[in-house]
Amino acid sequence: MTLAQQIITIGLCVLGTMTTRFLPFMIFNEHRKTPEFIQYLGKYLPSAVFGMLVIYCLKNVSVFHGSHGIPELISILVTGGLHIWKRQMLISIAGGTICYMLLMQFVF
Amino acid sequence: MRIKALKVAFPQTIPIFTGFWFLGMAYGIYMNASGFSFVYPLCMSLLIYGGSLEFVAVEMLLSPFAPLQTFIMALLIQARHLFYGLSMLDKFKGLGWKKYYLIFGMCDETFSINCSADIPEDVDRGWFYFWVTLLNQFYWSAAATTGGIVGSLLKIDTSGISFVMTAMFVVIFLEQWLKEKEHSASLIGLTVSVLCLIVFGPDSFMVPTMALIVGLLTLLRKPLEKKEVLQK
Repeated sequence: MTLAQQIITIGLCVLGTMTTRFLPFMIFNEHRKTPEFIQYLGKYLPSAVFGMLVIYCLKNVSVFHGSHGIPELISILVTGGLHIWKRQMLISIAGGTICYMLLMQFVF
Repeated sequence: MRIKALKVAFPQTIPIFTGFWFLGMAYGIYMNASGFSFVYPLCMSLLIYGGSLEFVAVEMLLSPFAPLQTFIMALLIQARHLFYGLSMLDKFKGLGWKKYYLIFGMCDETFSINCSADIPEDVDRGWFYFWVTLLNQFYWSAAATTGGIVGSLLKIDTSGISFVMTAMFVVIFLEQWLKEKEHSASLIGLTVSVLCLIVFGPDSFMVPTMALIVGLLTLLRKPLEKKEVLQK
């Protein structure tokens, strides 16, 4: 790829990203009241999206091959357990990640 | 007013600081290993500012030039941001010039904090959002650039570090779950994603997942709103 082609490629990534970020605000602008259906979606979508993002992070985990997703499962349980116990975001995230790194480097 | 908002915003961004430092460094090192100077991760982290697409973009830059495919990939990978925008429409109303930067910098993690934070009454909402967005972008770009510079010098085993993002979303999901009275939406998010992942595979399940989530929530509007009224 030439430098110009690289710049265009990166530029298109920027354009694609910004389209998805700005579009909702361009369609439903400040001067119009947001339709009730969209308000409803705005209220219930986040919970569904966070569930989706958890799965998105795990998309390349295979239950049938390699370590069968066991280190992921254990680490998620550790993360969740820590969070229910302490309710401190940083502790839960760090604990789960360290658990996963140890499992990957020494066990699996 | 600004300083007060910064004081409230900063602690909220500490988990992101850690996560972005690891992942951003990893991204910079990956770019370095792929033969790009640190200027690339610097520009890409500042301008694209969307983690998963930036990783994919490394592959694109190493492949033959394919502008249309690049643009479509970018739209598909980032399509979830449409959801974020819809969720923040009312929260970003009336914030003036800050609004444009908030939308520009609304990556997964920034959205998560801004959407779920309980901002104290006496703290300016606009400035709180602004600081969260700016701090997160600073962490990411600084880490990516540093990774690009130090690159090959690093000799520690960081395998498994990518789990930091999974752990973060697990915690946010759980936090949302503990906060809400009605779990239908959370359950829909999980089950629909898993089903679509099984049916469509890891490379193409996001678009059908999002379509199905919106479809199901649309169908459930009446019962969910009825339940809400009853709970009040």
